[in-house]
Amino acid sequence: MAAKKTTKKANVSKEELLSFYRDMLLIRRFEEKAGQLYGMGLIGGFCHLYIGQEAVVVGLEAATKEGDKRITSYRDHGHMLACGMDPKGVMAELTGREGGYSKGKGGSMHMFSKEKHFYGGHGIVAAQVPLGAGLAFSDKYRGNDNVTFTYFGDGAANQGQVYEAFNMAALWDLPVIFVIENNEYAMGTAMARSTSSPDIYTRGAAFGIKGEAVDGMDVLKVKEASEKAVAHCRAGKGPYILEVKTYRYRGHSMSDPAKYRTREEVQKMRDERDCIEQVRDMLLTGKHATDDDLKAIDKEIKGIVNEAADFSKESPEPSLDELYTDIYMEAEA
Amino acid sequence: MATEILMPALSPTMEEGTLAKWLVKEGDTVSSGDIMAEIETDKATMEFEAVDEGIIGKILITEGTEGVKVNTAIAILVEEGESADDLEASSGAGSDDEDKAPIDEPMSANPGAPVAVVVPAEMDIPEGTEMKPTTVREALRDAMAEEMRRTPEVFLMGEEVAEYQGAYKISQGLLDEFGSKRVIDTPITEHGFAGIGVGAAFGGLNPIVEFMTFNFAMQAIDHIINSAAKTLYMSGGQMGCPIVFRGPNGAAARVGAQHSHDYAAWYSQIPGLKVVMPYSAADAKGLLKTAIRDPNPVIFLENEILYGQSFDVPVMDDYTVPFGKAKIWREGTDVTIVSFGIGMKYALEAADKLAEDGISAEVLDLRTLRPMDTGAIIESVKKTNRCVTVEEGFPVCSIGSYISSVLMQEAFDYLDAPVINCTGKDVPMPYAANLEKLALTTTKEVIDAVKAVTYR
Repeated sequence: MAAKKTTKKANVSKEELLSFYRDMLLIRRFEEKAGQLYGMGLIGGFCHLYIGQEAVVVGLEAATKEGDKRITSYRDHGHMLACGMDPKGVMAELTGREGGYSKGKGGSMHMFSKEKHFYGGHGIVAAQVPLGAGLAFSDKYRGNDNVTFTYFGDGAANQGQVYEAFNMAALWDLPVIFVIENNEYAMGTAMARSTSSPDIYTRGAAFGIKGEAVDGMDVLKVKEASEKAVAHCRAGKGPYILEVKTYRYRGHSMSDPAKYRTREEVQKMRDERDCIEQVRDMLLTGKHATDDDLKAIDKEIKGIVNEAADFSKESPEPSLDELYTDIYMEAEA
Repeated sequence: MATEILMPALSPTMEEGTLAKWLVKEGDTVSSGDIMAEIETDKATMEFEAVDEGIIGKILITEGTEGVKVNTAIAILVEEGESADDLEASSGAGSDDEDKAPIDEPMSANPGAPVAVVVPAEMDIPEGTEMKPTTVREALRDAMAEEMRRTPEVFLMGEEVAEYQGAYKISQGLLDEFGSKRVIDTPITEHGFAGIGVGAAFGGLNPIVEFMTFNFAMQAIDHIINSAAKTLYMSGGQMGCPIVFRGPNGAAARVGAQHSHDYAAWYSQIPGLKVVMPYSAADAKGLLKTAIRDPNPVIFLENEILYGQSFDVPVMDDYTVPFGKAKIWREGTDVTIVSFGIGMKYALEAADKLAEDGISAEVLDLRTLRPMDTGAIIESVKKTNRCVTVEEGFPVCSIGSYISSVLMQEAFDYLDAPVINCTGKDVPMPYAANLEKLALTTTKEVIDAVKAVTYR
């Protein structure tokens, strides 16, 4: 009884499709709300939205297990929601409030959750790449089979420290998946103007690291690639590279007018490749869900996001004595 | 429910802008992500997207309007069957301050607030404890070995630390005892392995990262400062980074400008780091053990010239030296000489010679630069009324200049002479033997400085 569209993607259940839909929609609605709060002056400074790229992190997370770690750049809201961090705590950090994950002291680019094994949130392009390799080192050192997902962009892929990390990760067989979220623009510079070889996934070859390119607008393909990479790492075979080809609909940050690309280019991507619409189609044509079912999910997500936004406005600013806390940890006596 | 669409802030500094163009008109249906308008800031023209779905009930600000303040209502979004007037009647369009959190004034301008360092007690060395002459090199190795025996979470990584037994032989014997899992040779890629070390510390291990010299740590300084030092704060206290970065620092002999830099003042500036610079072997051992146990990132600055020097080290099961406590090497009444690391060599030699001239110098070894035992300096200066600082680093914004400022603020009435800072000269380190000697501070300079502040 499988519908045509789902036969070629038969390895996905209705529940999984629905959960992908829900998780991606949560990120999109959350980010739209963040953009709105930014516009109202409630969020300050830099704010990098993940809209358009939702399938990347949702697909990758589908292959994780408890204890796996993740680390990413400053475009980090999606990663936090996808690993189960509380939207209220994330939004309240964006507004710089006490209820935020970093008590308001980190902001959009710097959030962490030890509980969810989310190691940030890093504002220096590519710094998270050796850090991620180091997290993987800690798991290898302890002898468990956990994996670290180290996300970075096509821009970061040109940083020297990435290749220092590739070298050591390969040399020491570190269980790290280097996820290159290639959204085609390093801030305002298109790939072709910044990157000498277009196939970033091949750059591990010099170190003997396997890599592959993945359609990052198709959550099922991302999940499949993630499972393959995770199996490789868990088996102790060392690092793996996934270049996930994606697209961000918004500017680099809230203050980027994105004049380096045409409106048509963005619209075409939204109309033809949108990751959420793809899953929505699959759910409807596969008769896994009705329009009303999806509307109910939309409403539920909207409720969660509104609740997060309300919390982020109501949570007080951090108390002034927080200025001098968390600089050092107390040494044990 | 009708909602107001507000003029957005499209950059961190935007206060107002021009509503350049409406791309929707009254009666149009919009859904989230649709571009509704173009807004010009002083920097750029931005597209403004809808967040909620609905019908444009009314456009309040016509296109072409300049100077529209952020948060002014520019349009009203209604749901099917609603009228824009519903909202206008109830709330009165325009910006409101409801959402603006009050910006409280800071309590008071008090930049010195957190410097009250609690000085920890020195470990008691029981009477009759055997003292064993030990080189600084051996003391450092012993400290690492003892801590690696104490817990399997401690490991050492760096260039040539394992099979080569250490570029300066500090890690001699460690590979044999602990194996290649815990004593790890890295490629010559400081940026990368410092980052891996910090990541491993985030992951709960206790890395000791050896830099062949701190000169090369400039390649890695982003991870030391941005990743290691700042993350605890940025994570609201969640993500500690228990790591030690250690290696020789400052001038050796005839190695030129790129291999002779003293970084004491650089790292001491950074909240989130602890900075240690020992002189004696006993302190090298006791402080390194404390550093490895500390849950924070510690910069441990050694000196190549001191590596081979012997000092008495107490033979004890677990000898540690607390951070933030200066050591008085020599008591005196006429002047306080404050130094640390190899600067202590000049300070102590100068004190000996000054004694011959009848000048009694108190010599203070800071040992830790952050936290700095400024209380001990102030106490000593209250007694001697004069102070000379000694270090090999550059003079501008040096450790000495910080000490001078502390004394100005906290012991001004006790000072009988301006504080003099003996430092390295304000030049890149020259190679020629005679010029190099001239570029470093000397015992004679310390003596001259003391004579100047004591008006002899």
